[in-house]
Amino acid sequence: MGMHENIATLSQQHKPVDSKTPHVVTMIEAINMALHRAMDEDSNVVVLGEDVATNGGVFRATVGLKDRFGHRRVMDTPLAETLIAGISVGMAAQKLRPVAEIQFMGFIYATMEHIVSHAARLRNRTRGRLTCPMVLRAPYGGGIHAPEHHSESTEALFAHIPGIRVVIPSSPTRAYGLLLSAIEDPDPVIFLEPKRIYRMVKQEIYDDGVGLPLDTCYTLRQGEHITLISWGSMVHETLQAADKLQQQGISAEVIDVATISPLDIDTLVASVQKTGHCVIIQEAARHCGVAAEISATLQEQAFRSLQAPIARVTGFDTPMPYLQRENIYMNSASDIVDAAVKTLEAS
Amino acid sequence: MQYTKTPYQQKQFIDVNGAVAGSLPVTINDDLLLRSYRTMVMIRTFDQRVVALQRTGQMGTYASCLGQEAIGTGIGLALGKEDVFLPYYRDQATQYLRDIPLHQQMQYWGGNEWANHFTGTSIQDFPNCVPIATQVTHAAGVASAMKIRGEKRCSLVTCGEGATSRGDFYEAMNLAGVWQLPMIMVVNNNQWAISVPRNIQTGAETIAQKAVAAGIEGFQVDGNDVCAVYDAVHYAVKKAHSGKGATLIEAVSYRLGDHTTADDATRYRSHEEVNDAWKREPIKRIQTYLHERGLWDEEQEQTLQEQCKQEVEKAVQTYLSQPPQPVEDLFDYLFEETPTHLVRQKQQAVEKLAKLGGE
Repeated sequence: MGMHENIATLSQQHKPVDSKTPHVVTMIEAINMALHRAMDEDSNVVVLGEDVATNGGVFRATVGLKDRFGHRRVMDTPLAETLIAGISVGMAAQKLRPVAEIQFMGFIYATMEHIVSHAARLRNRTRGRLTCPMVLRAPYGGGIHAPEHHSESTEALFAHIPGIRVVIPSSPTRAYGLLLSAIEDPDPVIFLEPKRIYRMVKQEIYDDGVGLPLDTCYTLRQGEHITLISWGSMVHETLQAADKLQQQGISAEVIDVATISPLDIDTLVASVQKTGHCVIIQEAARHCGVAAEISATLQEQAFRSLQAPIARVTGFDTPMPYLQRENIYMNSASDIVDAAVKTLEAS
Repeated sequence: MQYTKTPYQQKQFIDVNGAVAGSLPVTINDDLLLRSYRTMVMIRTFDQRVVALQRTGQMGTYASCLGQEAIGTGIGLALGKEDVFLPYYRDQATQYLRDIPLHQQMQYWGGNEWANHFTGTSIQDFPNCVPIATQVTHAAGVASAMKIRGEKRCSLVTCGEGATSRGDFYEAMNLAGVWQLPMIMVVNNNQWAISVPRNIQTGAETIAQKAVAAGIEGFQVDGNDVCAVYDAVHYAVKKAHSGKGATLIEAVSYRLGDHTTADDATRYRSHEEVNDAWKREPIKRIQTYLHERGLWDEEQEQTLQEQCKQEVEKAVQTYLSQPPQPVEDLFDYLFEETPTHLVRQKQQAVEKLAKLGGE
């Protein structure tokens, strides 16, 4: 490994950051921009993973980082996911801020022991002596006709673990802001990137280094009749569904959960108390999904406001099918519209 | 590096009879010998007392280090204050030498997270690691951080020989080789992974030779000879500090006790084997050597035994008098800032405690 560059020399080669001009970028470019910004502002931020350095990542999330910050801070690791998570814990305990990439969520399971037993518990089991400010980034979700093991949405596995944050952006703006906050966060964050929308839309972003708050939901559209709750790529179908419902005279509130753990339940409860109806939309399989947790908590805290049972639009409890039948697993805007109409009719 | 069938000769300076063939290495002086001996006696006294506490219901499940005191002592004396130690769970001697008091070690096995709130030399050390071999990847991460920052420090991690069957061990060792990490792996080869003996753990002739595939140096030492352990670790630390990469040290020893207090080793190994292993235990031989060198006498021995007993008893009293931690602590150290749902659950826990009568 070429750990010969001097960090100080390298930082002198940095281009000045332009925070005044808006950049029109996709989500993947926003992620790249946030990584550049974070590495620029804090020399403790390091990036590691498979193919992240010279290749710039298989989705191009880390492109340009190695040239700008050098091999010492942008590291191609051996092909070993357990190792990537394990060394991130060790680096973080030494007060670096590792941002590790797992190439696809389908390969993240090898990291689980380090996430569950170490990253999530290090602060707690040392009573604050050692901490674990690491970010584990992984592209996830279906809809891009990828090979098997490249399309799953298993975010609920992580949401179940006490001691970590699970953050999922659904737009370039939130990808930039949430990733910056995840890297600055003093505790471990699993940052799941819905890869279907990596290049779906562009937004105007100022590279101003300002993060967006974690642990909070983002209300994307105010509405009166029904609350539509989603996260990740399904936020797009949910927004489309809200448009269609509007045409039928139904005013839907759309909330992007964004941080699925810890959950900003107060925002969700307040919305449901207002609308009395709720549909939760997740790409993932149904059983024990995040939608189930949200539904159960809304039932506990907003039962008297509910005028109809909470509905869930989810994947089936099957593995994500190979690409030919991906379409039957994924839900569309009209599936969400149907569920919303049915919920309203039930009241 | 070329692999030959038996490349690893066990390094030993003081044999089982307390005799030194040739001379001790230059790294060992009389003061170090005496410190080693005192530490090992202290840790054995501690170990036996903790087992007794467990047997009388005053301690949780405990993993004894009986017979492996030389490994922890050699590491503790050779590792630098600025270095980082990542233990598994038979490292009582190293932790003791790195300023983790005996009562605090009791508190760990007694079930209180505050036991891992180290200060002094061990302030950056990891706490005991129960999930096998995971600490080896953490050690590679710690060493990577040191290398990235260009520091003259190293990480030292321990594990049992059973742990060397695990992916974490190989993955971390592989990285240590390819990134030339300032890292030392000390394998406590105590011959038993609970009930699984060394000969069915791996087909490799030695654990040390596993280093060959990773492109790092590996060798065996007599893990019951504190001088051999000390000298090997001292060498590996110096090497790591000077940027010359990682070392795997296989310290050959024997687990004289059960795996933990929850285990009964008589179910799977013979008395004969254990009795035979007692002949090679680490303390007697150095005591003999010290006597022969005139560095130790009966009176000193009496005094030491009494001191150890007193210090351990004092630790027991401190441990037993510590109240359980406040229930708020369950919630207050999970995140830097406690999220709303945990604040609510903390309140529930406080109410639950009140219902239990405050205990």
